[in-house]
Amino acid sequence: MIAALKPLMLPHRLVLIAIGIGIFVFCALTMRWDWIPDYQDLIFEGIWRTLWILVVSVVFGFLLAIPIGFAQAAGPWYLAAPAAAFCTVIRGTPLLLQIWLLYFGLGSLFPQFPWIRSSELWPYLRQAWPYAIVALTISYAAYEGEIMRGAFASVAKGQLESARAFGMSRGKLFRRIWLPQAIRTALPTLGGETILQLKATPLVATITVVEIYAVASRVRQDTFIVYEPLLLLACIYMLIAGAITLLFRHLEKRGVGRSSGGT
Amino acid sequence: MEALLAALGLTETAALLSLSPPGWGGNLLRGLVKSLQIAGGAFAFGLLIGIFGAYGKLYGSLVTRDLLGIYTTVIRSVPELVLILILFFVGTDLLNQASAALGYGRVEISGVVAGIWVLGIVQGAYATEVLRGAILAIPKGQLEAGRAFGMSPFTLMRRITIPAMTAYALPGLGNLWLIATKDTALLAVVGFSELTLETRQAASSTRAYFTFFLAAGALYLMVTLVSTFVFRRLEKRARRGEAQAGSGG
Repeated sequence: MIAALKPLMLPHRLVLIAIGIGIFVFCALTMRWDWIPDYQDLIFEGIWRTLWILVVSVVFGFLLAIPIGFAQAAGPWYLAAPAAAFCTVIRGTPLLLQIWLLYFGLGSLFPQFPWIRSSELWPYLRQAWPYAIVALTISYAAYEGEIMRGAFASVAKGQLESARAFGMSRGKLFRRIWLPQAIRTALPTLGGETILQLKATPLVATITVVEIYAVASRVRQDTFIVYEPLLLLACIYMLIAGAITLLFRHLEKRGVGRSSGGT
Repeated sequence: MEALLAALGLTETAALLSLSPPGWGGNLLRGLVKSLQIAGGAFAFGLLIGIFGAYGKLYGSLVTRDLLGIYTTVIRSVPELVLILILFFVGTDLLNQASAALGYGRVEISGVVAGIWVLGIVQGAYATEVLRGAILAIPKGQLEAGRAFGMSPFTLMRRITIPAMTAYALPGLGNLWLIATKDTALLAVVGFSELTLETRQAASSTRAYFTFFLAAGALYLMVTLVSTFVFRRLEKRARRGEAQAGSGG
Protein backbone atom coordinates (compact mmCIF):
# COMPACT_ATOMS: atom_id res chain seq x y z
CA MET A 1 0.00 0.00 0.00
CA ILE A 2 2.78 2.42 0.97
CA ALA A 3 4.79 1.37 -2.07
CA ALA A 4 1.75 2.13 -4.24
CA LEU A 5 1.56 5.64 -2.80
CA LYS A 6 5.20 6.45 -3.47
CA PRO A 7 4.82 7.76 -7.04
CA LEU A 8 2.24 10.21 -5.69
CA MET A 9 4.71 11.72 -3.22
CA LEU A 10 6.63 13.83 -5.76
CA PRO A 11 6.39 17.57 -5.04
CA HIS A 12 4.63 18.55 -8.28
CA ARG A 13 2.14 15.72 -7.86
CA LEU A 14 1.34 16.80 -4.31
CA VAL A 15 0.53 20.26 -5.69
CA LEU A 16 -1.64 18.72 -8.43
CA ILE A 17 -3.43 16.54 -5.88
CA ALA A 18 -4.05 19.59 -3.70
CA ILE A 19 -5.49 21.46 -6.70
CA GLY A 20 -7.61 18.41 -7.55
CA ILE A 21 -8.99 18.23 -4.00
CA GLY A 22 -9.63 21.98 -4.16
CA ILE A 23 -11.64 21.60 -7.37
CA PHE A 24 -13.54 18.68 -5.86
CA VAL A 25 -14.45 20.64 -2.73
CA PHE A 26 -15.38 23.67 -4.85
CA CYS A 27 -17.67 21.49 -6.98
CA ALA A 28 -19.19 19.84 -3.93
CA LEU A 29 -19.94 23.19 -2.29
CA THR A 30 -21.02 25.40 -5.18
CA MET A 31 -22.83 22.99 -7.50
CA ARG A 32 -26.27 21.58 -6.93
CA TRP A 33 -26.28 18.08 -5.48
CA ASP A 34 -29.59 18.27 -3.60
CA TRP A 35 -31.23 15.99 -6.17
CA ILE A 36 -29.10 13.00 -5.17
CA PRO A 37 -31.22 11.82 -2.19
CA ASP A 38 -34.37 11.82 -4.35
CA TYR A 39 -32.75 9.68 -7.01
CA GLN A 40 -30.54 7.55 -4.76
CA ASP A 41 -32.44 4.30 -5.25
CA LEU A 42 -32.69 4.83 -8.97
CA ILE A 43 -28.95 5.53 -9.22
CA PHE A 44 -28.01 2.32 -7.44
CA GLU A 45 -30.48 0.36 -9.54
CA GLY A 46 -28.94 1.92 -12.65
CA ILE A 47 -25.39 1.03 -11.62
CA TRP A 48 -26.50 -2.49 -10.83
CA ARG A 49 -28.15 -2.84 -14.25
CA THR A 50 -25.09 -1.46 -16.06
CA LEU A 51 -22.84 -3.97 -14.29
CA TRP A 52 -25.26 -6.79 -14.96
CA ILE A 53 -25.47 -6.02 -18.68
CA LEU A 54 -21.68 -5.69 -18.83
CA VAL A 55 -20.96 -9.00 -17.09
CA VAL A 56 -23.55 -11.03 -19.01
CA SER A 57 -22.51 -9.68 -22.41
CA VAL A 58 -18.78 -10.10 -21.70
CA VAL A 59 -19.18 -13.69 -20.48
CA PHE A 60 -21.42 -14.82 -23.34
CA GLY A 61 -19.46 -12.76 -25.85
CA PHE A 62 -16.22 -14.39 -24.79
CA LEU A 63 -17.75 -17.88 -24.97
CA LEU A 64 -18.87 -17.06 -28.53
CA ALA A 65 -15.48 -15.56 -29.39
CA ILE A 66 -13.67 -18.85 -28.75
CA PRO A 67 -15.31 -20.80 -31.61
CA ILE A 68 -15.27 -17.70 -33.85
CA GLY A 69 -11.55 -17.21 -33.29
CA PHE A 70 -10.75 -20.90 -33.54
CA ALA A 71 -12.69 -21.30 -36.79
CA GLN A 72 -10.64 -18.52 -38.33
CA ALA A 73 -7.31 -19.72 -36.99
CA ALA A 74 -7.59 -23.43 -37.63
CA GLY A 75 -10.97 -24.23 -39.15
CA PRO A 76 -11.79 -25.38 -42.67
CA TRP A 77 -12.67 -22.60 -45.12
CA TYR A 78 -16.44 -23.14 -44.88
CA LEU A 79 -16.24 -22.26 -41.17
CA ALA A 80 -13.42 -19.72 -41.41
CA ALA A 81 -15.05 -17.62 -44.12
CA PRO A 82 -18.39 -17.01 -42.33
CA ALA A 83 -16.57 -16.32 -39.05
CA ALA A 84 -14.31 -13.78 -40.76
CA ALA A 85 -17.29 -12.19 -42.52
CA PHE A 86 -19.15 -11.96 -39.19
CA CYS A 87 -16.20 -10.15 -37.57
CA THR A 88 -15.79 -7.76 -40.51
CA VAL A 89 -19.47 -6.83 -40.70
CA ILE A 90 -19.96 -6.32 -36.96
CA ARG A 91 -16.70 -4.42 -36.53
CA GLY A 92 -17.36 -2.35 -39.65
CA THR A 93 -20.72 -0.91 -38.61
CA PRO A 94 -21.63 1.26 -35.61
CA LEU A 95 -22.97 -0.56 -32.57
CA LEU A 96 -25.79 1.98 -32.24
CA LEU A 97 -27.03 0.98 -35.68
CA GLN A 98 -26.89 -2.72 -34.74
CA ILE A 99 -28.83 -2.11 -31.53
CA TRP A 100 -31.50 -0.15 -33.42
CA LEU A 101 -31.68 -2.75 -36.17
CA LEU A 102 -32.33 -5.49 -33.62
CA TYR A 103 -34.73 -3.54 -31.43
CA PHE A 104 -36.75 -1.61 -34.01
CA GLY A 105 -36.32 -4.08 -36.86
CA LEU A 106 -36.89 -7.41 -35.11
CA GLY A 107 -39.15 -5.73 -32.58
CA SER A 108 -41.49 -4.62 -35.37
CA LEU A 109 -41.21 -7.95 -37.18
CA PHE A 110 -41.98 -10.33 -34.30
CA PRO A 111 -45.55 -9.19 -33.53
CA GLN A 112 -46.54 -10.06 -37.10
CA PHE A 113 -46.20 -13.77 -36.33
CA PRO A 114 -49.03 -15.10 -34.13
CA TRP A 115 -47.03 -18.14 -33.01
CA ILE A 116 -44.31 -15.91 -31.55
CA ARG A 117 -46.89 -13.86 -29.72
CA SER A 118 -48.40 -16.97 -28.18
CA SER A 119 -45.04 -18.51 -27.26
CA GLU A 120 -43.47 -18.62 -23.81
CA LEU A 121 -40.76 -16.19 -24.89
CA TRP A 122 -43.11 -13.37 -25.87
CA PRO A 123 -43.15 -11.60 -22.46
CA TYR A 124 -39.37 -11.27 -22.82
CA LEU A 125 -39.36 -10.33 -26.48
CA ARG A 126 -41.65 -7.41 -25.71
CA GLN A 127 -39.07 -5.88 -23.41
CA ALA A 128 -35.98 -3.99 -24.49
CA TRP A 129 -33.22 -5.61 -22.44
CA PRO A 130 -33.00 -8.93 -24.34
CA TYR A 131 -32.23 -6.98 -27.53
CA ALA A 132 -29.64 -4.91 -25.64
CA ILE A 133 -27.93 -8.03 -24.30
CA VAL A 134 -27.95 -9.77 -27.68
CA ALA A 135 -26.54 -6.73 -29.52
CA LEU A 136 -23.77 -6.15 -26.96
CA THR A 137 -22.91 -9.86 -26.85
CA ILE A 138 -22.61 -10.07 -30.62
CA SER A 139 -20.45 -6.96 -30.72
CA TYR A 140 -18.11 -8.23 -27.98
CA ALA A 141 -17.90 -11.64 -29.67
CA ALA A 142 -16.80 -10.03 -32.94
CA TYR A 143 -14.09 -7.80 -31.41
CA GLU A 144 -12.86 -10.53 -29.09
CA GLY A 145 -13.12 -13.18 -31.81
CA GLU A 146 -10.59 -11.24 -33.85
CA ILE A 147 -8.23 -11.20 -30.86
CA MET A 148 -8.78 -14.89 -30.16
CA ARG A 149 -7.96 -15.66 -33.81
CA GLY A 150 -4.53 -14.11 -33.30
CA ALA A 151 -4.14 -15.82 -29.92
CA PHE A 152 -4.95 -19.27 -31.31
CA ALA A 153 -2.60 -18.71 -34.25
CA SER A 154 0.24 -17.62 -31.96
CA VAL A 155 0.39 -20.84 -29.91
CA ALA A 156 3.76 -22.41 -30.76
CA LYS A 157 3.50 -25.22 -33.29
CA GLY A 158 5.96 -27.40 -31.38
CA GLN A 159 3.61 -27.52 -28.41
CA LEU A 160 0.73 -28.79 -30.52
CA GLU A 161 3.01 -31.31 -32.22
CA SER A 162 4.39 -32.66 -28.95
CA ALA A 163 0.87 -32.96 -27.57
CA ARG A 164 -0.05 -34.99 -30.63
CA ALA A 165 3.08 -37.07 -30.18
CA PHE A 166 1.89 -37.85 -26.64
CA GLY A 167 -1.22 -39.29 -28.25
CA MET A 168 -3.63 -36.65 -26.98
CA SER A 169 -7.01 -36.75 -28.64
CA ARG A 170 -8.07 -33.60 -30.51
CA GLY A 171 -10.48 -32.62 -27.76
CA LYS A 172 -7.88 -33.02 -25.05
CA LEU A 173 -5.28 -31.16 -27.09
CA PHE A 174 -7.70 -28.25 -27.45
CA ARG A 175 -8.76 -28.27 -23.81
CA ARG A 176 -5.37 -28.72 -22.22
CA ILE A 177 -2.88 -27.05 -24.55
CA TRP A 178 -4.40 -24.86 -27.21
CA LEU A 179 -7.20 -23.04 -25.35
CA PRO A 180 -5.37 -22.24 -22.08
CA GLN A 181 -2.38 -20.80 -23.91
CA ALA A 182 -4.55 -18.77 -26.28
CA ILE A 183 -6.50 -17.34 -23.34
CA ARG A 184 -3.25 -16.43 -21.59
CA THR A 185 -2.07 -14.60 -24.72
CA ALA A 186 -5.38 -12.78 -25.04
CA LEU A 187 -5.70 -11.85 -21.35
CA PRO A 188 -3.82 -8.50 -21.46
CA THR A 189 -6.11 -7.22 -24.24
CA LEU A 190 -9.21 -8.65 -22.57
CA GLY A 191 -9.19 -5.96 -19.89
CA GLY A 192 -9.07 -3.19 -22.47
CA GLU A 193 -11.85 -4.80 -24.49
CA THR A 194 -13.99 -5.08 -21.37
CA ILE A 195 -13.53 -1.36 -20.66
CA LEU A 196 -14.54 -0.65 -24.28
CA GLN A 197 -17.62 -2.78 -23.64
CA LEU A 198 -18.40 -0.79 -20.49
CA LYS A 199 -18.20 2.36 -22.60
CA ALA A 200 -20.65 0.83 -25.08
CA THR A 201 -23.32 0.06 -22.46
CA PRO A 202 -24.90 3.56 -22.36
CA LEU A 203 -26.02 3.03 -25.96
CA VAL A 204 -28.74 0.68 -24.73
CA ALA A 205 -30.36 3.64 -22.99
CA THR A 206 -31.55 4.69 -26.47
CA ILE A 207 -33.82 1.64 -26.56
CA THR A 208 -35.38 2.39 -23.16
CA VAL A 209 -33.22 0.14 -20.98
CA VAL A 210 -32.89 2.06 -17.71
CA GLU A 211 -29.23 1.77 -16.75
CA ILE A 212 -27.10 4.42 -15.09
CA TYR A 213 -26.82 6.65 -18.18
CA ALA A 214 -30.60 6.66 -18.60
CA VAL A 215 -30.98 7.57 -14.92
CA ALA A 216 -28.67 10.57 -15.39
CA SER A 217 -30.64 11.65 -18.47
CA ARG A 218 -33.85 11.43 -16.51
CA VAL A 219 -32.41 13.62 -13.74
CA ARG A 220 -31.44 16.16 -16.39
CA GLN A 221 -34.91 16.15 -17.89
CA ASP A 222 -36.72 16.30 -14.54
CA THR A 223 -34.65 18.98 -12.82
CA PHE A 224 -32.99 20.85 -15.71
CA ILE A 225 -29.65 20.43 -13.93
CA VAL A 226 -27.15 19.83 -16.75
CA TYR A 227 -23.62 19.33 -15.53
CA GLU A 228 -23.94 17.68 -12.13
CA PRO A 229 -25.59 14.40 -13.24
CA LEU A 230 -23.12 14.13 -16.12
CA LEU A 231 -20.12 14.68 -13.81
CA LEU A 232 -21.43 12.06 -11.40
CA LEU A 233 -21.95 9.73 -14.34
CA ALA A 234 -18.38 10.26 -15.56
CA CYS A 235 -17.05 9.54 -12.05
CA ILE A 236 -19.09 6.34 -11.81
CA TYR A 237 -17.79 5.09 -15.16
CA MET A 238 -14.21 5.95 -14.20
CA LEU A 239 -14.57 4.02 -10.94
CA ILE A 240 -15.95 0.96 -12.76
CA ALA A 241 -13.19 1.19 -15.39
CA GLY A 242 -10.59 1.40 -12.61
CA ALA A 243 -12.07 -1.65 -10.91
CA ILE A 244 -11.95 -3.59 -14.21
CA THR A 245 -8.29 -2.62 -14.71
CA LEU A 246 -7.39 -3.83 -11.20
CA LEU A 247 -9.35 -7.05 -11.64
CA PHE A 248 -7.59 -7.95 -14.88
CA ARG A 249 -4.18 -6.98 -13.49
CA HIS A 250 -4.87 -9.41 -10.65
CA LEU A 251 -5.99 -12.15 -13.05
CA GLU A 252 -2.95 -11.63 -15.24
CA LYS A 253 -0.56 -11.86 -12.32
CA ARG A 254 -2.15 -15.09 -11.16
CA GLY A 255 -2.15 -16.54 -14.67
CA VAL A 256 1.52 -15.72 -15.25
CA GLY A 257 2.53 -17.07 -11.85
CA ARG A 258 0.83 -20.37 -12.59
CA SER A 259 2.52 -20.77 -15.93
CA SER A 260 6.02 -20.28 -14.52
CA GLY A 261 5.30 -22.38 -11.41
CA GLY A 262 3.99 -25.71 -12.70
CA THR A 263 4.64 -27.30 -16.05
CA MET B 1 -33.25 -4.10 -64.32
CA GLU B 2 -36.85 -3.56 -63.23
CA ALA B 3 -37.75 -7.10 -64.22
CA LEU B 4 -34.88 -8.40 -62.12
CA LEU B 5 -35.99 -6.36 -59.11
CA ALA B 6 -39.56 -7.59 -59.54
CA ALA B 7 -38.36 -11.18 -59.78
CA LEU B 8 -36.45 -10.78 -56.50
CA GLY B 9 -39.43 -9.08 -54.86
CA LEU B 10 -37.37 -5.96 -54.30
CA THR B 11 -39.43 -3.40 -56.23
CA GLU B 12 -40.70 -1.85 -53.01
CA THR B 13 -37.23 -1.72 -51.49
CA ALA B 14 -35.83 -0.05 -54.59
CA ALA B 15 -38.61 2.54 -54.46
CA LEU B 16 -37.88 3.27 -50.79
CA LEU B 17 -34.18 3.65 -51.45
CA SER B 18 -34.48 5.62 -54.69
CA LEU B 19 -32.56 8.88 -54.74
CA SER B 20 -35.43 11.17 -55.76
CA PRO B 21 -37.86 12.44 -53.07
CA PRO B 22 -40.50 9.75 -52.63
CA GLY B 23 -37.51 7.47 -51.88
CA TRP B 24 -35.13 8.16 -49.01
CA GLY B 25 -31.83 7.28 -50.73
CA GLY B 26 -30.90 10.95 -51.15
CA ASN B 27 -31.34 11.59 -47.43
CA LEU B 28 -29.14 8.64 -46.57
CA LEU B 29 -26.38 9.82 -48.91
CA ARG B 30 -26.58 13.37 -47.53
CA GLY B 31 -26.28 11.84 -44.06
CA LEU B 32 -23.27 9.82 -45.18
CA VAL B 33 -21.54 12.94 -46.54
CA LYS B 34 -22.16 14.72 -43.24
CA SER B 35 -20.87 11.73 -41.27
CA LEU B 36 -17.71 11.67 -43.36
CA GLN B 37 -17.23 15.43 -42.97
CA ILE B 38 -17.53 15.15 -39.19
CA ALA B 39 -15.28 12.09 -39.07
CA GLY B 40 -12.65 13.74 -41.28
CA GLY B 41 -12.67 16.97 -39.30
CA ALA B 42 -12.58 15.16 -35.97
CA PHE B 43 -9.73 12.93 -37.16
CA ALA B 44 -7.68 15.96 -38.28
CA PHE B 45 -8.43 17.88 -35.07
CA GLY B 46 -7.57 14.77 -33.05
CA LEU B 47 -4.26 14.38 -34.93
CA LEU B 48 -3.35 17.98 -34.14
CA ILE B 49 -4.08 17.43 -30.44
CA GLY B 50 -2.26 14.12 -30.67
CA ILE B 51 0.97 15.63 -32.01
CA PHE B 52 1.08 18.26 -29.26
CA GLY B 53 -0.02 15.68 -26.70
CA ALA B 54 2.63 13.17 -27.73
CA TYR B 55 5.37 15.81 -27.66
CA GLY B 56 4.12 17.04 -24.31
CA LYS B 57 4.05 13.54 -22.87
CA LEU B 58 7.55 12.75 -24.13
CA TYR B 59 9.42 16.03 -23.74
CA GLY B 60 7.15 18.24 -21.61
CA SER B 61 7.62 19.32 -18.03
CA LEU B 62 6.55 17.01 -15.19
CA VAL B 63 3.29 18.89 -14.71
CA THR B 64 2.48 18.83 -18.45
CA ARG B 65 3.06 15.09 -18.50
CA ASP B 66 0.78 14.46 -15.54
CA LEU B 67 -1.96 16.70 -16.91
CA LEU B 68 -1.82 14.94 -20.28
CA GLY B 69 -1.89 11.62 -18.44
CA ILE B 70 -5.09 12.69 -16.71
CA TYR B 71 -6.58 13.82 -20.04
CA THR B 72 -5.88 10.53 -21.82
CA THR B 73 -6.98 8.38 -18.86
CA VAL B 74 -10.24 10.23 -18.30
CA ILE B 75 -11.17 10.29 -21.99
CA ARG B 76 -10.39 6.62 -22.39
CA SER B 77 -12.42 5.47 -19.39
CA VAL B 78 -15.58 7.58 -19.79
CA PRO B 79 -18.10 6.51 -22.45
CA GLU B 80 -18.03 8.61 -25.63
CA LEU B 81 -21.73 9.27 -25.28
CA VAL B 82 -21.22 10.93 -21.89
CA LEU B 83 -18.21 12.91 -23.15
CA ILE B 84 -20.20 14.05 -26.18
CA LEU B 85 -22.96 15.39 -23.95
CA ILE B 86 -20.55 17.12 -21.54
CA LEU B 87 -18.42 18.66 -24.30
CA PHE B 88 -21.51 19.67 -26.25
CA PHE B 89 -23.05 21.52 -23.29
CA VAL B 90 -19.72 23.07 -22.28
CA GLY B 91 -19.04 24.13 -25.88
CA THR B 92 -22.43 25.77 -26.41
CA ASP B 93 -22.28 27.45 -22.97
CA LEU B 94 -18.82 28.90 -23.60
CA LEU B 95 -19.77 30.08 -27.07
CA ASN B 96 -22.97 31.70 -25.87
CA GLN B 97 -21.17 33.44 -23.02
CA ALA B 98 -18.49 34.67 -25.41
CA SER B 99 -21.06 35.98 -27.88
CA ALA B 100 -23.03 37.62 -25.06
CA ALA B 101 -19.85 39.29 -23.83
CA LEU B 102 -19.23 40.61 -27.33
CA GLY B 103 -22.77 41.93 -27.49
CA TYR B 104 -24.30 39.36 -29.83
CA GLY B 105 -27.28 37.18 -29.05
CA ARG B 106 -27.39 33.40 -28.72
CA VAL B 107 -25.61 31.58 -31.51
CA GLU B 108 -26.75 28.41 -33.19
CA ILE B 109 -23.87 26.00 -33.66
CA SER B 110 -23.92 23.89 -36.80
CA GLY B 111 -24.05 20.17 -36.17
CA VAL B 112 -20.92 19.55 -38.19
CA VAL B 113 -18.76 22.00 -36.23
CA ALA B 114 -20.07 20.78 -32.88
CA GLY B 115 -19.49 17.17 -33.92
CA ILE B 116 -15.92 17.91 -34.98
CA TRP B 117 -15.18 19.70 -31.70
CA VAL B 118 -16.66 16.94 -29.57
CA LEU B 119 -15.27 13.91 -31.39
CA GLY B 120 -11.93 15.66 -32.03
CA ILE B 121 -11.23 15.99 -28.32
CA VAL B 122 -12.08 12.31 -27.82
CA GLN B 123 -9.89 11.31 -30.78
CA GLY B 124 -7.08 13.50 -29.45
CA ALA B 125 -6.62 11.30 -26.39
CA TYR B 126 -6.25 8.15 -28.46
CA ALA B 127 -4.07 9.91 -31.06
CA THR B 128 -1.75 11.10 -28.27
CA GLU B 129 -1.09 7.52 -27.24
CA VAL B 130 -0.69 6.25 -30.82
CA LEU B 131 1.76 9.00 -31.80
CA ARG B 132 3.69 8.73 -28.54
CA GLY B 133 4.24 5.05 -29.22
CA ALA B 134 5.24 5.78 -32.81
CA ILE B 135 7.78 8.44 -31.80
CA LEU B 136 9.27 6.05 -29.23
CA ALA B 137 9.64 3.42 -31.96
CA ILE B 138 11.95 5.64 -34.06
CA PRO B 139 15.56 4.43 -33.69
CA LYS B 140 17.25 6.90 -31.33
CA GLY B 141 20.25 7.35 -33.59
CA GLN B 142 18.16 9.07 -36.25
CA LEU B 143 17.02 11.81 -33.87
CA GLU B 144 20.54 12.16 -32.46
CA ALA B 145 21.98 12.47 -35.95
CA GLY B 146 19.46 15.21 -36.73
CA ARG B 147 20.44 17.08 -33.58
CA ALA B 148 24.14 16.60 -34.38
CA PHE B 149 23.54 18.34 -37.72
CA GLY B 150 22.31 21.32 -35.75
CA MET B 151 18.63 21.02 -36.71
CA SER B 152 16.26 23.17 -34.69
CA PRO B 153 13.57 21.21 -32.81
CA PHE B 154 10.97 22.27 -35.37
CA THR B 155 13.10 21.22 -38.35
CA LEU B 156 13.85 17.96 -36.57
CA MET B 157 10.13 17.34 -36.13
CA ARG B 158 9.30 18.26 -39.73
CA ARG B 159 12.17 16.46 -41.46
CA ILE B 160 12.93 13.48 -39.21
CA THR B 161 10.36 12.69 -36.51
CA ILE B 162 7.15 12.95 -38.53
CA PRO B 163 8.36 11.12 -41.67
CA ALA B 164 10.09 8.43 -39.60
CA MET B 165 7.17 7.79 -37.27
CA THR B 166 4.53 7.65 -40.02
CA ALA B 167 5.09 3.96 -40.73
CA TYR B 168 4.76 3.07 -37.04
CA ALA B 169 1.74 5.31 -36.50
CA LEU B 170 -0.32 4.32 -39.54
CA PRO B 171 -1.86 1.07 -38.21
CA GLY B 172 -3.00 2.83 -35.04
CA LEU B 173 -4.21 5.87 -36.99
CA GLY B 174 -6.13 3.60 -39.37
CA ASN B 175 -7.96 2.14 -36.37
CA LEU B 176 -8.62 5.63 -35.06
CA TRP B 177 -10.13 6.70 -38.37
CA LEU B 178 -12.45 3.68 -38.30
CA ILE B 179 -13.45 4.54 -34.74
CA ALA B 180 -14.09 8.14 -35.84
CA THR B 181 -16.42 7.07 -38.65
CA LYS B 182 -18.35 4.79 -36.33
CA ASP B 183 -18.44 7.29 -33.46
CA THR B 184 -20.24 9.80 -35.66
CA ALA B 185 -23.27 7.52 -35.21
CA LEU B 186 -23.31 8.52 -31.53
CA LEU B 187 -24.09 12.09 -32.54
CA ALA B 188 -27.52 10.79 -33.56
CA VAL B 189 -28.35 10.56 -29.86
CA VAL B 190 -27.71 14.31 -29.45
CA GLY B 191 -29.82 15.03 -32.53
CA PHE B 192 -27.25 15.85 -35.25
CA SER B 193 -28.56 14.76 -38.62
CA GLU B 194 -25.86 12.39 -39.80
CA LEU B 195 -26.29 8.98 -41.42
CA THR B 196 -27.68 7.09 -38.42
CA LEU B 197 -30.26 9.72 -37.51
CA GLU B 198 -31.34 10.18 -41.14
CA THR B 199 -31.72 6.40 -41.30
CA ARG B 200 -33.83 6.31 -38.19
CA GLN B 201 -36.07 9.09 -39.45
CA ALA B 202 -36.52 7.34 -42.78
CA ALA B 203 -37.18 4.04 -41.04
CA SER B 204 -39.72 5.33 -38.57
CA SER B 205 -41.67 7.32 -41.14
CA THR B 206 -41.93 4.40 -43.58
CA ARG B 207 -41.96 1.57 -40.98
CA ALA B 208 -39.39 -0.25 -43.17
CA TYR B 209 -36.85 -0.67 -40.39
CA PHE B 210 -34.91 -3.55 -41.87
CA THR B 211 -34.50 -1.97 -45.29
CA PHE B 212 -33.07 1.28 -44.01
CA PHE B 213 -30.91 -0.03 -41.17
CA LEU B 214 -29.41 -2.65 -43.49
CA ALA B 215 -28.81 -0.02 -46.17
CA ALA B 216 -27.08 2.26 -43.68
CA GLY B 217 -25.05 -0.70 -42.41
CA ALA B 218 -23.93 -1.39 -45.97
CA LEU B 219 -22.83 2.24 -46.37
CA TYR B 220 -20.82 2.16 -43.14
CA LEU B 221 -19.30 -1.18 -44.11
CA MET B 222 -18.30 0.23 -47.49
CA VAL B 223 -16.54 3.15 -45.79
CA THR B 224 -14.74 0.73 -43.49
CA LEU B 225 -13.59 -1.58 -46.28
CA VAL B 226 -12.39 1.26 -48.51
CA SER B 227 -10.57 2.90 -45.58
CA THR B 228 -8.89 -0.37 -44.60
CA PHE B 229 -7.67 -0.79 -48.16
CA VAL B 230 -6.39 2.81 -48.38
CA PHE B 231 -4.59 2.62 -45.05
CA ARG B 232 -2.96 -0.66 -46.03
CA ARG B 233 -1.66 0.98 -49.22
CA LEU B 234 -0.46 4.02 -47.28
CA GLU B 235 1.37 1.81 -44.81
CA LYS B 236 3.05 -0.10 -47.58
CA ARG B 237 4.13 3.19 -49.12
CA ALA B 238 5.40 4.51 -45.79
CA ARG B 239 7.43 1.34 -45.28
CA ARG B 240 8.91 1.29 -48.80
CA GLY B 241 12.33 2.41 -47.55
CA GLU B 242 12.60 -0.30 -44.93
CA ALA B 243 14.48 -3.56 -45.33
CA GLN B 244 12.04 -6.35 -46.13
CA ALA B 245 11.96 -8.98 -43.41
CA GLY B 246 10.20 -11.93 -45.03
CA SER B 247 7.12 -11.44 -47.17
CA GLY B 248 4.50 -11.15 -44.39
CA GLY B 249 3.22 -7.68 -43.49
